[in-house]
Amino acid sequence: MFDDVSNFVNSVDATFLFTLIVSVFFLVLITILMIVFVIKYNRKRNPKGTNIKGNMVLEITWIVIPTILVLVMFWFGWEGYLEMVDVPEDAIPVNVTAKMWEWSFEYEDGTTTDTLYVPVNRPVKLILQSVDVNHSFFIPAFRLKKDVFPNTERIAWFQAKETGEYDIACSEYCGLNHSYMYSKIIVLPDEDFNNWMYGMSEEDLKLLNEMTKSDN
Amino acid sequence: MSTVAAATGSNGHEPSYLDYKGKHSGILGWILSTDHKRIGILYLISLSLFFLVGVGFGFLMRLELISPGRTIMDPQTYNSFFTLHGVIMIFLFVVPGIPAVFGNFFLPILIGAKDVAFPRINLLSWYLYVFGGLLAIVAILLPGGPADTGWTFYVPYSIRTNTNVIIALLAAFILGFSSILTGLNFVTTVHRLKAPGMSWFKLPLSVWGLYSTAWVQVLATPIIGITLLLVAIERLLGVGIFDPALGGDPVLYQHLFWIYSHPAVYIMILPAMGIVSEVIPVFSRRTIFGYKFIAFSSVAIALFGSLVWAHHMFTAGMSDTGQFVFSLLTMLVAIPSAIKVFNWVATLYKGSIDLATPMLYVLAFIFLFTIGGLTGVMQGVLSIDIQVHDTSFIVAHFHYVMFGGTGFGFFAALHYWFPKMFGKMYNRKTAKTSFWFLFIGFNLLYFPMFIMGWLGMPRRYYDYLPEFHSYHLISTIGSWILIIGLLLMVYNLYRAIRKGKVVTEKNVWGGETLEWQIDTPPIHENFSEVPVIENDPYQYKMNEEILEKEETS
Repeated sequence: MFDDVSNFVNSVDATFLFTLIVSVFFLVLITILMIVFVIKYNRKRNPKGTNIKGNMVLEITWIVIPTILVLVMFWFGWEGYLEMVDVPEDAIPVNVTAKMWEWSFEYEDGTTTDTLYVPVNRPVKLILQSVDVNHSFFIPAFRLKKDVFPNTERIAWFQAKETGEYDIACSEYCGLNHSYMYSKIIVLPDEDFNNWMYGMSEEDLKLLNEMTKSDN
Repeated sequence: MSTVAAATGSNGHEPSYLDYKGKHSGILGWILSTDHKRIGILYLISLSLFFLVGVGFGFLMRLELISPGRTIMDPQTYNSFFTLHGVIMIFLFVVPGIPAVFGNFFLPILIGAKDVAFPRINLLSWYLYVFGGLLAIVAILLPGGPADTGWTFYVPYSIRTNTNVIIALLAAFILGFSSILTGLNFVTTVHRLKAPGMSWFKLPLSVWGLYSTAWVQVLATPIIGITLLLVAIERLLGVGIFDPALGGDPVLYQHLFWIYSHPAVYIMILPAMGIVSEVIPVFSRRTIFGYKFIAFSSVAIALFGSLVWAHHMFTAGMSDTGQFVFSLLTMLVAIPSAIKVFNWVATLYKGSIDLATPMLYVLAFIFLFTIGGLTGVMQGVLSIDIQVHDTSFIVAHFHYVMFGGTGFGFFAALHYWFPKMFGKMYNRKTAKTSFWFLFIGFNLLYFPMFIMGWLGMPRRYYDYLPEFHSYHLISTIGSWILIIGLLLMVYNLYRAIRKGKVVTEKNVWGGETLEWQIDTPPIHENFSEVPVIENDPYQYKMNEEILEKEETS
């Protein structure tokens, strides 16, 4: 699993871990029972079977327990999902445009880039739109994904918790170079981000980025 | 084939369906026959051919992905290949699959009937199937090139691409009719043609599976037909239905597509579950555990499975209410499947288990389907689905269900009923060897996809980041092992038909359903006299009789 680099990671990963543990438990249970029965009641060892038509108590048990478990899983998932759609009002808006096969990002002041720069620890709101076919905006490290449609807007948001560089992928099939529709998101310390917003060129910014890195 | 069967000879009275001389002889005696058994064999041959073509495309895709960058093909070819792989496997193998081959051959026999309710419509379904299948193949060869949209044909891409989308859509449309007619036939057959005494709860469980499936085929398939037609109209006439550039709504397309295609996955899995319920008691030599729970869970799956389609669209931006309802229902639809799995495992308890090839496939089905089912539950959980949607996690999940489930169910049925269908026995040792190749290859091929999907490897990718290389490499090696197993199985069965050991015994496995009471291979109209049913399908009275004998001695 990834590091805790963005606000949704903890909740999604915890839910995933819970469902994984429950799943592995049932898989192991079923597999072991099958193997044990096949060995123990092998025809050589056990030439005649015993007829058992069913057992109401067992049936009710294995209906009720899984039902409770899936309802709990559902609830965790729903809570996690609610966070994803509840966009804070002070989030920095960024217009994201998808087109075959590249991403572009436009900030409030009109600055347009092909890489998404965001400040750490501040909510960012993405307003997503496509100019051609369906795409999907996917930052695996942030557990963030939203389909992007032409002629209609979709909203997503996140709050990065660690500075660094992460991949942005397109996850809805969009033709020839779908698998090359990658971009980067670069999470900067507040100060660097402000410098950049005040009109530094991308080259300057990269330089600055490297300088701050070597300082550390 | 009829000459081979002639050598078999039938059991002294009426000739078997393989030798039967009707109005036509030779090849015409097959392709104009309305005998459900001959139609079943026609399906088996044509389905196997399409299946091997689909496997070929899958093999080439995996080969391309063995390392990052270009290996053997360009991205356009790759995109067409995954589309063809999907279209062929879904519409030509998995959806018709068990109902068309084993449903046709055995459904009438299992309920004690001479044939299906509408034998001629049955033959028409096969012609529609072949015609649709050939059309899909023709679309590959025509100028413009094969469709490159994925089997989902998502709009607006499918409106804009210049490839032969219309022909592919038409093929799917025609195949839909084949499916509807088969469904209609089976529903009517089960309602009208049950033998005297064959009440609903005396039906073998595979009939319950086929019956539930048939309803879904009849009710859901027309929706995909209409939807695909609308896409064709939009492409040809420029009417704005789904394409936003023309004022249409692409999300509407996704809804309509999945209103069919989600129930369709239950069309694919329910018959295989029926096979499992059939095979387990026979090879455990005891009654099935929880007959009614297994029977009703088929119906429950068919019902609830029709109400969960939008879980394919959790990242599309539905209303919160929509997300809530569809996620909740998705979690609940897992329960009937879980009931089945528990009852199957309980049927092994205190059985007398023979680990023959059909049983091996069935146990593998339970294991693989459990993995596929549990990961399906994970995807039903909203926040997890956001991460894994449209990644190779999904690809792994549906291959575990569709191939590990339906595919292995199909192979189980094939090895179970093969001696009855052909009056020949395959080499049992080779059958088991090929099983192990399939099982190990399968897991190597698909399991790594779960891991890399969770780590962010999107699906339908021609190329990938270097960090995913090791997973792709293992997966490709797995595909080779799997294919060795497949070829070995095909060879073994083909060889058995040509020169396998002749079987004339009525009941090779010790089954108690009706197909094991009749001649091997069955005679033209199955039964010399109409059977009267008095017992439940899996009684195994001998268990109690042996017990009594032991007590008295």
